[in-house]
Amino acid sequence: MSELKPIKGKIFTLPFFILLILSAIALVFIIKRFMYGLGAVSNLSDGYPWGMWIVYDVVTGTAIACGGYAMAILVYVFNKGQYHPLVRSALLASMFGYTLASVSIFFDVGRYWQMYNIFLPWYSNTNSVMFEVAACIATYILIMWLEFSPAFFEKPGSEKTLKKINSVMFIFIALGVLLPTMHQSSLGSLMIIAGDKLSGLWQTGFLPLLFLISAIMMGFGMVIFESLFSSVTLKRPLETPLLAKLSGVIPKLLIAFLIIRFGDLIFKGKLGLLFNFNLQSLMFIIENLLFIYPLIILSSQEKRNQSKCLFLSAASLVLAGSVYRFDTFLIGFSPGVNWHYFPSFAEIMITIGIISVEIMAYLIFIKTLPVLPDVKHA
Amino acid sequence: MKVDRRDFLKVLSAGAVTAAVPDNVFARAKKNVSPEAVGILYDATLCIGCKTCEIACQNYNKLTSQPSDSSNTDFDPYTFALNKIEIYRNGDGTNKESKNGYNFFKKACMHCVDPNCVSACPASALTKDTETGIVSWDSDACIGCRYCQVACPFLIPKFEYGAAFPEIIKCEMCQHVQVKGKIPGCCDFCPTGAAVFGKFSDILKEAKNRLALPEESNYKYPVGDLSGKRSKDNPVKKYINYVYGEKEGGGTQYLILSAVPFENLGLPKLPDYSNASKTEGIQHTLYKGMIAPIVLFAGLAFTTYKTAKADNQSDKGE
Repeated sequence: MSELKPIKGKIFTLPFFILLILSAIALVFIIKRFMYGLGAVSNLSDGYPWGMWIVYDVVTGTAIACGGYAMAILVYVFNKGQYHPLVRSALLASMFGYTLASVSIFFDVGRYWQMYNIFLPWYSNTNSVMFEVAACIATYILIMWLEFSPAFFEKPGSEKTLKKINSVMFIFIALGVLLPTMHQSSLGSLMIIAGDKLSGLWQTGFLPLLFLISAIMMGFGMVIFESLFSSVTLKRPLETPLLAKLSGVIPKLLIAFLIIRFGDLIFKGKLGLLFNFNLQSLMFIIENLLFIYPLIILSSQEKRNQSKCLFLSAASLVLAGSVYRFDTFLIGFSPGVNWHYFPSFAEIMITIGIISVEIMAYLIFIKTLPVLPDVKHA
Repeated sequence: MKVDRRDFLKVLSAGAVTAAVPDNVFARAKKNVSPEAVGILYDATLCIGCKTCEIACQNYNKLTSQPSDSSNTDFDPYTFALNKIEIYRNGDGTNKESKNGYNFFKKACMHCVDPNCVSACPASALTKDTETGIVSWDSDACIGCRYCQVACPFLIPKFEYGAAFPEIIKCEMCQHVQVKGKIPGCCDFCPTGAAVFGKFSDILKEAKNRLALPEESNYKYPVGDLSGKRSKDNPVKKYINYVYGEKEGGGTQYLILSAVPFENLGLPKLPDYSNASKTEGIQHTLYKGMIAPIVLFAGLAFTTYKTAKADNQSDKGE
């Protein structure tokens, strides 16, 4: 992996400082939350116990962070070695996405001081979908740091450590594919128990399967998006041919997803809910148009080779998966007529702060560690 | 990796076959009421909305007064209790028990036979007593994730959003006085017998008896419990011929009788199984004995080992 190198450049740039300020604002609100309770900063209520933090930071954030998972499937399971240069940067983004999601859980959970109870055998409830999600995500974060660890040792003097790590790496990689398969599907299963509180447009026993497929698609979408975006912003050559080939996987997954989604709605006779002309039906339409756009574009070989088409399709796909998650957890969720939820300013600022920390950490890592392909070879 | 027509058809048919499988095929078996189970029968036709049950609840559970966070607080926004009297108005709201009228509903934990909250809780903070069937909360276990609130079809568990060290608050059917041989505060102090406590099998029988009574006849309604020590005569209203809670969501130990449709009391229409049975069925099918994950892991480890080895050799060759 000699072709990966730290990229040159100062860490403390103007965008970096802006990110720093945003995370400082978030910190103030987080302190307020710990002093006065969840109600002091959020619009959460007994009807809407989960809001922006769970739905964006955890449910959507970890799906956006599925790049590492998607690339590992492709490179190690389907043995497509040519995509290897994209693996480490994808893994790094995933690592931060998940790590920060777990930080968000810490301040969302009401009784955080005994959060470890989930993992104490006499308290663990193996019937709980939440238990499965928590256990898998916690383990996966550890595994990702182990998978990424060679980056810290790829320097003179650490050859022995590096060799040791690499000899057992296949175990970490295998777990790195197994664990997201388990918890990305279970994130969907979480909402099955909500029953009719979730609109028939989203409530289905197929939630685990649909969440899994869409997480993998979002992973590929994110790899393409990140690669093109960092090429432009960090003034590096575009990796379009490689990405074009990679994007060929997406239409197949999209077709499977849409068939199951609509097949299920038709069989259950729930598609009529689409004509209620309310926020839910509008969001359902937006969500599916965002899924169909990349299907149309990426089915064409010619368009796949244009970086602009690739970029837009990838962005649309990631957005589609995100809207699907927001719909399933918030828009489609209605506990009763008297309940309303829209995230408060503080809730939004805390989420923005979390994202800022994530981007800052990513920038520091790619500038100090061998993550991105060296320009000469790329 | 172009999508050709054959690929498309393959994916299409695989997807269609998957979607055609009914999604409750994995649901696990329903749970049964324990023979020792206790319960409360709430007869909405007898409720006069006096809220004595709320005050009794406060005293029995030593609750400090604090406005509740309920969706239906216009009738009584200030009393904080584990059971709340809600008012439901229809039309001009002049007469009780009429279509164009108002109705009271005593909202409290339904103590489901197969509770979603117990299934959802990752830290076993919510448990169902194997004998009495009472669903209670353990402060030492709870992590405050509020998944119970997402899971409960009746919106019962309340969370202290305004507290730095919050707790989940819910009715535990005064089990702390039941062990001393007393009955829950709400039933003990209900002056009309709208809420009566008893063994589940007895209150179910009582509910069905009442449905069979002739309209406008006089009935000696038991007060407090079903022992007959206390009672109050009242004319029988025209009941809806249904016991809410006998089947709802897999059954509840809090049964409800009413003279108006149950949706007028804010009660949801639920299937005769608990959603927990569906979720647990899916999870246990996928994770039975961890066989599927272990097999998948073995396959993945084997494949990645081969791929990684091949990669290392080609690296050395460069």
